[in-house]
Amino acid sequence: MRTLSAENITGAVKKLVMEANTDLGADVVKAFEKGLKEEVSTAGKAVFESLLANQKIAREEQVPMCQDTGYAVFFAELGQDCHITDGLLQDAIDEGVRQGYKEGYLRKSICDPFTRENTKDNTPSIVLVDMVEGDRLKITAAPKGGGSENMSRLTMLTPAAGKQGIIDFVVKRCEEAGPNPCPPVIVGVGIGGSAEKCMTIAKKALLRPIGEKNPDPELADLEAEIIEKVNNLGIGPQGMGGRVFAMAVHIEKYPCHIASLPVAVNICCHASRHKEVVL
Amino acid sequence: MPDTIRLETPLTDEIVKNLKAGDKVSFYGTLYTARDTAHKRLVEAMDRKDPLPFDLEGQVIYYVGPSPAKPGKVIGSAGPTTSYRMDPYAERLMEQGAKGMIGKGKRSQEVVEAMKKYKCVYFAAVGGAAALIAESIKAVEIIAYEDLGPEAIRKLEVENFQAIVINDVNGNDLYEMGKEQYRVAT
Repeated sequence: MRTLSAENITGAVKKLVMEANTDLGADVVKAFEKGLKEEVSTAGKAVFESLLANQKIAREEQVPMCQDTGYAVFFAELGQDCHITDGLLQDAIDEGVRQGYKEGYLRKSICDPFTRENTKDNTPSIVLVDMVEGDRLKITAAPKGGGSENMSRLTMLTPAAGKQGIIDFVVKRCEEAGPNPCPPVIVGVGIGGSAEKCMTIAKKALLRPIGEKNPDPELADLEAEIIEKVNNLGIGPQGMGGRVFAMAVHIEKYPCHIASLPVAVNICCHASRHKEVVL
Repeated sequence: MPDTIRLETPLTDEIVKNLKAGDKVSFYGTLYTARDTAHKRLVEAMDRKDPLPFDLEGQVIYYVGPSPAKPGKVIGSAGPTTSYRMDPYAERLMEQGAKGMIGKGKRSQEVVEAMKKYKCVYFAAVGGAAALIAESIKAVEIIAYEDLGPEAIRKLEVENFQAIVINDVNGNDLYEMGKEQYRVAT
């Protein structure tokens, strides 16, 4: 049994949230460059140019790329031979969020759903834990903006709806979302599981490097089919018309109940932020 | 693509009537920030017939909740937030003379109709280009609802703040026009 102190986790989380918000991943930057080349509309090309300039300023000046520094969402893989000492995992992560959002001059965006009173330190965070083999703790910070998160939808299709039902739901959701989630986006799709599992895997699909196909050839084909359909809608970057609404469609699946075919869409804006650490 | 139109705030009916969906504009002067809860409070103040924290006549409202300013900067990152959440309040601000709204994303049919009626234009800035946009903001003053933190109303002084006309006073919509132009029939 290996021990890991809560204090270590806090320090690591603080660093992760600051990095995630200022330093856009190389895969996203590459996707912007590809988008700039492939986009045919003038307004769309100008958007990609702005995004390339913006991420550069953010990294060089260590300021957040987007003012919405998100709900602090974490995916944790906790080895079952790792024992956390001196505190709870949730508290340790929340303390890291508290410190990181303060020191990093990140926006505090969390409030009571009724009074709308801001909690003022961006806590609580959302921590999704999977127990895994080993004695390590892997934490992935994936701060998520409200604008794109608001475009999420879950549907419980009947098994008869099949693959066509899935495609129709995802394409319709993208068309309805239009300019709202800040395209160019990454479309995360969950298929199967229970209701909550379905949305969780849709969100987890967003962590995959942009454009990396699902290793399952059937899902990879489905990803290719859906991205072509959503980009054919003509929505384009920022919804001003063009051919690159989505930079990627990432699908994950999980076994579901014989009565169900759950499908979840979780869209990520172009500020596709995630950073990970292994402790 | 036409050249960029220079817009000095406050705006007049004459100026907004000449703007067309798709026009690129660059703002100089004052913008007022307001988002969800600030809108709610402004409308509640109107209902109570209380004085408003600023005169809306001719003004342009920017839907933004900036991140905190780092030392030596006037503001943090400051890109637009999604506009439809302000739809239930927008017409009330137009009644008081607001001539422009800057955000991102689609507006409701009711808001588009109100824009025609009151001569108000809806602009979009590039959502998520928040560090870049912040460079055009030269001065910031919190003028109301400071307790709301990022949602407080701020008076911004801007230079070369770039945006695009989405909905003009004739009911044209750049989002619809763009989609129409680039849609591929399948």
